[in-house]
Amino acid sequence: MSRRVVVTGVGAVSPLGVGAPALIDRWTAGECGIEDGFGRCDAFDPAERLTRKEAKRADRFTQLAQVAAIEALEQAGFEDAGIDPERTGCIIGTGIGGINTIEEQHDVLGEKGAKAISALAIPMLMANAASGSVAMRNNLKGQCYGTVSACAAGAHAIGAGLRMVQYGDADACIVGGSESALTPLTEAAFAVMAALSPTGVSRPFDARRDGFVMGEGAGVLVLEAEEVALARGAEVLGYVTGYGATADAHHLTAPDPSGEGAARAIRAALKDAGVEPEELCYVNAHGTSTPMNDRAETEAIVAALGEHATEVPVSSTKSAIGHLLGAAGAVEAVATLLALRAGVAPPTIGWEEREEGMDLDYVPGEAKEMAVRTGDQELAAVGGASGPAVANGASGSLPEDGPGRRIGISNSFGFGGHNAVICLEAS
Amino acid sequence: MAETVTKEQIKEKVTEALVELGADKDAIKPEAEFEALELDSLDLVELAQIVEEEWGVEITAKDMETLKTVGQALDIIAERAS
Repeated sequence: MSRRVVVTGVGAVSPLGVGAPALIDRWTAGECGIEDGFGRCDAFDPAERLTRKEAKRADRFTQLAQVAAIEALEQAGFEDAGIDPERTGCIIGTGIGGINTIEEQHDVLGEKGAKAISALAIPMLMANAASGSVAMRNNLKGQCYGTVSACAAGAHAIGAGLRMVQYGDADACIVGGSESALTPLTEAAFAVMAALSPTGVSRPFDARRDGFVMGEGAGVLVLEAEEVALARGAEVLGYVTGYGATADAHHLTAPDPSGEGAARAIRAALKDAGVEPEELCYVNAHGTSTPMNDRAETEAIVAALGEHATEVPVSSTKSAIGHLLGAAGAVEAVATLLALRAGVAPPTIGWEEREEGMDLDYVPGEAKEMAVRTGDQELAAVGGASGPAVANGASGSLPEDGPGRRIGISNSFGFGGHNAVICLEAS
Repeated sequence: MAETVTKEQIKEKVTEALVELGADKDAIKPEAEFEALELDSLDLVELAQIVEEEWGVEITAKDMETLKTVGQALDIIAERAS
């Protein structure tokens, strides 16, 4: 019997600002953090939370992870929680790792020679620097590593941490993703393969979409075994109830156009959570704004959710912050949980033109309240009286007899054919 | 060039470098141990690079194994720079 896993803290640094509230509040209000074709964390100043030495010894992707982790751990009240450090894990994913450092040191090598390379080059550029540094700063002594699966890395980190706690290998696990790859090399490399938007506009699922907009940031969640969190009186923000991960085995960068691998991941996550498609109130899409992803993802959602696919709101955080690569899955899981807690689906900013065959509710224009099933309807659904009872009309306001279960999924897919889906539920 | 370097100049530059590496300026004294200043082997490699760039003095990895205090570092730099 696996243990139930709760979320007791979340943190995020994103192009919408420092802090998870800035992410969800500004996105829900329809604000966009993309400027000049990039999603930069302009408001981020490492000196606000990190010592001079910590900042100096960390590539920007590690600095972002550290600050997101500080926020999440503070919210969880982790420092005084009395959780055994040896029973606490830390998994932080990244797509690339310390590319800022790689490029800087490569320049040093060319200009000044081998002897001038920084002794900190390797510890700063290695892709597991974020997980190791977060563990070191916070004295987390359980399993610790990074996940590397391109743009699914953050979601894989959450899934791996979920299993760690469910299985009992740890009582808590700090999970997340981090990325800072707004460098000339990365930009050129994504551009040359026509993945980046030449217009610098992120409008997922819109007929005019022409590629993704690169962003940077980090997201971190504190996962705990429910029994441990309740015993220490922690506030429970929600639950990670399911995880499904698959591979396309199709092409190194292009998604399987049928969305088959992604659909299997969605189904696996729902099955793992014991959730029927009709119970989903919200889908946080991977929604990159590339022509291929958004169509294949739409196919996958339709294949996995059936009739409910056109009823559930589906929106992409990338419309507000761009594509955070290895951080995306974690930042978006944070956004998903907070959206579920508010009962409001944030919009896919900029969505205006429907593409033929892409007929989901992409939440255009502005945020909308989620339709949440009441306890009665749930019972009716379980009883199988007339099939699953779905929604309570377009109004979606919480029913008077108490809020129903607010359940959503967050999709992440990565170059390499990686698919990872997390199922979350608000407390 | 090297002949003109004074101990004072070396001390000034090394102090500046150690502060840059994260040490508390008030705690930097000849008898202060690097460990107490929270400086580790990676910091010492950086210090060696700064010293080499500034005065052309080479401090090897083997030297660093024996360097425990700020004063020892100042002495070895002064000795090799003159």
